[in-house]
This record gives sequence, C-alpha cells and structure tokens, in this order.
Amino acid sequence: MSSVLAVPVPAGSRSFDWIRRNPTIVVGSAILGLFIAVALLAPWIAGDPLSFDPLNRLKRPSKEFWFGTDQFGRDVFSRVVYGTRISLIVGVSVAVIATVTGLLVGVLCGYYRRLDDIVMRIMDGLMAIPAILLAIALITLMKASLLIVIIAISIPEIPRVVRLVRSVVLSVRGLPYIEAAVASGTRSRIIMTRHILPSTVAPLVVQSTYVCASAILIEAGLSFLGAGTPPEIPSWGNVISLGRAFFQISPWIIFFPGLMLAIAVLAINLVGDGLRDSLDPRIARRM
Amino acid sequence: MASDAEVVLSVRDLRTHFLSRDGVVRAVDGVSFDVRRGETLCIVGESGCGKSVSALSIMRLIPENVGRSMSGSVRLEGTELTTLSERQMRAIRGNRISMIFQEPMTSLNPVLTVGAQIAESLHIHQRLPRRAAWERAVEMLAMVRIADPARRAADYPHQLSGGMRQRVMIAIALACNPQVLIADEPTTALDVTIQAQILNLMLELKQRLGTAIVLITHDLGVVAETAQRAIVMYAGRKVEEAPVAELFRNPLHPYTRGLINSIPRRTAAGRRTNIRGRLQEISGIVPSLREAIVGCAFAPRCSYAVERCRRERPGLDQHRPEHVAACWEIARLAPQ
Repeated sequence: MSSVLAVPVPAGSRSFDWIRRNPTIVVGSAILGLFIAVALLAPWIAGDPLSFDPLNRLKRPSKEFWFGTDQFGRDVFSRVVYGTRISLIVGVSVAVIATVTGLLVGVLCGYYRRLDDIVMRIMDGLMAIPAILLAIALITLMKASLLIVIIAISIPEIPRVVRLVRSVVLSVRGLPYIEAAVASGTRSRIIMTRHILPSTVAPLVVQSTYVCASAILIEAGLSFLGAGTPPEIPSWGNVISLGRAFFQISPWIIFFPGLMLAIAVLAINLVGDGLRDSLDPRIARRM
Repeated sequence: MASDAEVVLSVRDLRTHFLSRDGVVRAVDGVSFDVRRGETLCIVGESGCGKSVSALSIMRLIPENVGRSMSGSVRLEGTELTTLSERQMRAIRGNRISMIFQEPMTSLNPVLTVGAQIAESLHIHQRLPRRAAWERAVEMLAMVRIADPARRAADYPHQLSGGMRQRVMIAIALACNPQVLIADEPTTALDVTIQAQILNLMLELKQRLGTAIVLITHDLGVVAETAQRAIVMYAGRKVEEAPVAELFRNPLHPYTRGLINSIPRRTAAGRRTNIRGRLQEISGIVPSLREAIVGCAFAPRCSYAVERCRRERPGLDQHRPEHVAACWEIARLAPQ
C-alpha cells in the first residue's frame, strides 16, 4: 500500500485529478462558457432579433428557423441568443452588487455590534418583502429599464449576503488571532480587511453563484409578468411572455427560451455546488 | 530596594470588575506591582484567580461592552496607560508592550503567511516599507531559532508545529523591541520538552534585548526556573510577593505553602519528606468572586484561619526583605 504513495505524481495528471474530483465545476463552467460565448458572439451567430417578417409567422422549427418564429415572424433563435446577453448581464450585475454591498455591510455589522443591532433590523425588514413585489413596486415608480431591474433584484438579495458574511465575521472575530492582532496594536480597518475579510471569501464566492442563478430566474419571472425588462428588449422572460398566447399552437416560442433558462440556471448552480464542496467541506454542512 | 528609574511597568491598585446579571464579579480586586527593567516577574495562581484578567487589563484589551468597570493606575515608563485614547493605546500595544497568548494554534491568522504577520507589526509601528519589514521578519524568525527562516516566512501557520508557532508569536511580540512582554501561559498548550525550549528562548531573548517579561503561569516549576520575582494571586488579590528563591525557601502565606506542597517531589536521599502519603492538596475551591469577600479570601480553605481572618481583610505587610504577604497569622506560622 505504501508503495502507491511513494510514486511521484506527474504534473499533467494532477490537473486531470482535479477534474475527476470536481466534475460538477467542470461541467457547469463548460456550459456557462458556452453561454458566455453565445452572448459575446450574438451578432455573428444570429440574425436581427427585432426584424418582423409577416410572411413567416408562427413557423415550426426548421433548417431556416432553428427555433421557429413567433407571431410577428421574428426568429426565436435570434431572440434567444440575444436574450442570453440580458440574462447574463442581469445575473452577473446582481451577483456583483449584492455581494459587494452585502460584504461591506456584513463585515461592519459583524465587527461593530452597536451598528449590528440597527442594520440587522433593517435587513430583517427587507427580507420580509417578497423580491418580486419589491421589484414590481420599484419598476412602477420609475421608468422600466435594465438598470432598474438590476437594482430591484439586488435589493432583496443583499440581506441574505449580509447575514452570511455577518455570521462568518462573528465566528472569526472571537478567535484568538483577532485578539492577538488587537494586542499588537492593529487598527480596526486593517483587522477587518486583512484578518477577517479573507475568511469570508470562500462562502461568499459560493453564495454569489446562487445569487446569480436566482437573479436570472427572477428577471425572467418579472419580464414574464410584464414588470421587468422593457418589452422591446428580447430577454428570455419577454420571449416566453409574448409566446404565452400562442402556447397551444406554437409551443416552441416558449419551449426554447425556457429550456435555455433552465440549462443556464442549472449550470450556475452546478458551479456553485462544486465550488462549495471543493473550497471548504465544512460549508457544505453549514448551508 | 529598586529605585524608580529601574521600574518600567508600575501597576497600582488595579481593579477590574464585571457587572453580571447576578452581581459584580471582582475578577481583579486591587492589585499592585512593579516590573523592573529586564527582569522576569511571574504571576502565579489557580485558574480563575485573576491572572489573565490582570494582563488583559494592563493591555486594555477587555472590551467595554461586557459591563466591566476598571480603576487603578498602569504606568509604562511614566506614561499613564489607563487615560490614553484608544488611538494612543494602539500605538503602544505591540510596540512598547506586547503580549503572547496561551494558544499558539489559534493565535495566528490561518490565511496569512507567518512572515506577513510579523511584518505587519513592523509596518504598523515602525512604518517600515513592506520589503524592509519582510526582511526584518526573516531576521526575527532566525532569532527565534526557526531553521531556514527565509523559506519558513512564506509558510502558513498550519504548516508549522505548535512549538514553531509559539516561536512565531514570540517573534511578533518582540519585533518592535518592546520594554515589557506579557506572556499569558505561553507554554501550557505545548509538550513538556517544547515548553523548556520556548522558556529558554524567551529568557535568552530577554537577556539580549533587555525586555522585561511578565510571565503568567500556574506552574511553580516554571516560576522556579525562570523568574527573579514572583507574585502569588488568590481570588483577584495579591497575597504574596517575593524574590523566587526567598519564596520557595520561606513561603509565608498559607496559600503559597499549599501550592508548594502540592508539587510532586523527587526525594533526595536522606530527605524523605512527604513521600508515603498522597500529595497534599489544598482542600476546597476558589471562592465565588460574585460575593464581596469579607476578611481574607483564603480563610475558608486555610487550616490556620482564626476568627479575625474571617472578619478583617489582612493588608500586605513586609515581613522579610523584599518579601510581602497578606496574612494575619504569619507570626504564628513563621517559625517552621
């Protein structure tokens, strides 16, 4: 048995080992990479998603129209391809905004207990509002635009990140090495950034993938309800929403964007699960 | 007697009380002592007698929001620490007075290299640029006898053994060349063989750098081997203070005697004392610090206690040169 351990590991097989041990990350990122490529190369792979073609209304999927056409004769494939851009922009922006804000608020709350009492009550209040309701309210108040959608989805996501970060900070700040840092005259700002922040990275990266996936779903939901992305922008939710009326005679209008939505969310969650298991086995139990 | 110029750290009537739900806990109740330049002073006592709280109070590391009240005076080379702003205090911690803790396993940040953690202190207090601080960190690692310091500086704490981590802690504490180093049971968590190494290292560095060491311990063996003077604490109060040789030869307070008697002894030929029976223990437990203690705190456990011990609190009186103890019945005890 021990001779097995003594065999030196060639450098090449180590990365192969990593892939074998983390199949979910590899599969998830491969699919996600494909979506990103599609989003970036949209003008080259798809036609104009907005051009009407009255002669080709509600056509079945064919060689010419891979995903069929909708009631105005627009190419569903082009619309789905361009929709990828919207979904990814929303997902990534919300993940970044919620993570950065949540991190900032969470670290401050965990560190300054007096601030914590006040801010966490506000966060509790925010969590009590359903995300979709808040988004609808914000969008009704202001003119519908992609930016408003992103902000509206970010706000209810922030408290979840804050809670996560705060719990990590609370558990870390009681540890002796923080006391030792205080005892050697370190300023609070440096203790927070250098000694506490790194411990939040692993759970935060994992959480941000879930935020990203849920943002994509909420955006689609909002668009479907007509309270999200302005209808002239071909987001997946908008495509599904418009196709709803023709669901029984031409189901492909709903089917393809729905399928893409499911695959994209699945891919992001696969990456998140894989990261969670590989970054820290203990997180798997905590969350 | 020591002249004032030699005293680097002077603690007067230090009191740290915690306001808990069931009353005031008098963790430290009027402790005074001086630390002289370059000496090793041990503070000995059972768990819960206020040793660590004294140390944390001197460093002003007890958080304010736990309902604590502090009074007394702590002077470091003439600077009164208790009235400094938090900002001024930060400039002193780790620079002129440092502390090392009991747990080397958890006192280092697991996500930073040990070199970075030593360099941080130098960067904060001496404004050394990062590069110079790193080079100095490597020198410090060499000084605490870590082999191959340049490579070890880039290691993370989990790559080091317990003894090596405590060496790193010492390197951090001594990086800025402080006047006083407070070591709170620095060897308790280590193997016996490593304990001796760490203590020797601390003493050697003390000689080299002229740092005074306040060593908190419950191990009288450590006291005998390392300190020049020792303070015995009981229930938040100082009960005896003496030079170490004097303390072991003529312990005055019954509590100190009890502590010394409870050390297992190898019997030298001809001096067969106390070997047949079991080791002597001090019966009873440390009194609850929640109730105000009237009289001598040790009286309930003391076999010499008389009525007066339960009524009046004994003062610290000098009974022999440099040897003070708080006990009413010393005259009765003294001729052994």
